[in-house]
Amino acid sequence: MDITRLFTTHRKLLWVGFLILLIVFVLTFPLYAGKYPTRVLTTMLMYAILAVSWAMFSGTTGYMSLAPAAFFGIGVYSMFLLQDYLPFPVIIVIGGLISFALAILLGLVTLRLKGIYFTIFSFGLVVFIGNIINYVEADIFGRHGWYFPLLDPAILLYTMFGLAVVTVLAIYFIKRSRLGLAMQSIGGNEEAAEHMGINTTRIKVLTFAISAIFMGAAGVVTGPAFVYANAGLAFSVTYSFIPIVAAVFGGMGQLHGPIIGALVFGFLEKTLKAQFQTYFMLGFGIIMVLVILFLPNGIVGLLPMLRDKLRGVIRKLRKGGEAEQHANT
Amino acid sequence: MLIAQNLLGSIVIGMMGGTIYGLLAMGLSLQIGVCRVLNITHGEFAMLGAVLTFTLSQLGINPLVAPVIIGPLLFGLGFLLQTTLFRALKARAPSPAAFEGNALLASFGLMYIISYAARLRWGSGLLPTLHWPQPVARIGFVPIPLNLVIICAIAVALGIAVYLFLTRSRLGRAIRATAEDQPTAELMGVNTRTILALCFGLGALLAGIAGTLISIRTPVSTSMGFNNTVIALIVVTLGGLGSVPGSFIAGIIIGIVSMLVAGFWVPVLAMPVYYAILMVLLLARPTGIFGKK
Repeated sequence: MDITRLFTTHRKLLWVGFLILLIVFVLTFPLYAGKYPTRVLTTMLMYAILAVSWAMFSGTTGYMSLAPAAFFGIGVYSMFLLQDYLPFPVIIVIGGLISFALAILLGLVTLRLKGIYFTIFSFGLVVFIGNIINYVEADIFGRHGWYFPLLDPAILLYTMFGLAVVTVLAIYFIKRSRLGLAMQSIGGNEEAAEHMGINTTRIKVLTFAISAIFMGAAGVVTGPAFVYANAGLAFSVTYSFIPIVAAVFGGMGQLHGPIIGALVFGFLEKTLKAQFQTYFMLGFGIIMVLVILFLPNGIVGLLPMLRDKLRGVIRKLRKGGEAEQHANT
Repeated sequence: MLIAQNLLGSIVIGMMGGTIYGLLAMGLSLQIGVCRVLNITHGEFAMLGAVLTFTLSQLGINPLVAPVIIGPLLFGLGFLLQTTLFRALKARAPSPAAFEGNALLASFGLMYIISYAARLRWGSGLLPTLHWPQPVARIGFVPIPLNLVIICAIAVALGIAVYLFLTRSRLGRAIRATAEDQPTAELMGVNTRTILALCFGLGALLAGIAGTLISIRTPVSTSMGFNNTVIALIVVTLGGLGSVPGSFIAGIIIGIVSMLVAGFWVPVLAMPVYYAILMVLLLARPTGIFGKK
């Protein structure tokens, strides 16, 4: 009883404490863990960025974007092309901005249309850009892939963590702003939203482009971790699929759903995939279908659901007890 | 002269090969237009058709007979999916748009399930070719492999059969009514549940037969499904979402384009060119070539 009261009254304090612990954990992680676990943690954070920014747009508006891999790949390529000329933080911003511009272009062309066209188009963008870069690289410059200079995994981890914090904060504030409300109303009923005076196309294009910034930036930071890469790797469709799988698995309704989903998915993927690749993906497919069917709020929604069930059971028991008492008197 | 010959050859071969895409897209068109499921799993059904044909041919069954066994199998699978998974999703969805989103995500999970389950059985490498004998026929001065002629004949015959089924038969009329306006169709006495399941099954069956036809022409593997999904999506959008004849014709167009790009440019650019065509078309005419407003 005391514990539950503690949770309800000091919620903010507990959150701050948890966040400080998390930050300390990530910052000291490379000191005691090896290089490989550091890389795994970086990948997990990268998945979290992709998933949370995907869910910000697609989860709320209902327009399913399959384009994350395109923005991610653009980030990787901006890192590769600019690494000799500009400092790392500047490239992150530039990678984000290029993705932003591209997303605006795509959004203006397709977000006026129905959702289904947008999905097909956004997906095409990945194949389109990937294949064109592949062609330019192989047939015009005659190279097949390239190498990144080795960077300390700890630095990459810190950068990725910083980016993740910025992403989550930005999306937290966007969700609370007028923009977030407008997005939600589009997801609820687009026609009604339009009649309320919301310029739905502008909101959709803008939020889609904002979500692209973080995906592009995540690509820039992931670039050096690839060591070797080519167009096929950078624009791999898996980077479109992972955020969706992770966000659905974690639950798209709340901000922490996709984050938790991505962290769990990333961890399981890196630890289990090497051994049981086929079974792992097969199992995840099954879990995904089950989650969509039975847990509309993902695994994050599981806890409140169980709590409510438990409360109902307790209340029933109490009522049953009272009824018995009445019967006795 | 040589260029003209190549050009004509590419167009004819592309047209014939494109009928496979047409068949594939017809199935997807039914699933999108009637069931409202943007089925990302579609290519995986084609993959199942192809690898099952391979297995059957190893058992000594002619690939041309294989659809007789594979067809009902995949039809049953599609029927089952619609009656269980997608019907349950529809019952739970608060709005049609929410159902479309959830159905897309669920078909996404299905894609993983089918493609990785197939990998457990068939591995992920290229399966050996079916060694279908390929005598070359000459039509005019264009050399055409015989298997392509057979593929084209089967695909066109099936395409016409499906078209006639949809436009002439009573069941086809019920399907079109359901696609147009499901609640009203229901009021008119159409059993829409069965119709939806039928359409999904038919879509899966067409994909499976397209897979069989692909396996006659090229070597197959369990990882081919995704590429076929992408092509089917492009073709369906190009032809107009929900327009069955439109998707068949768009398939032929994409087939010609693919041969021209591969023959006179580089094969890598085939997919970007499809997309460029799609983009230009959708900007000019958002409903596709044969789509209705």
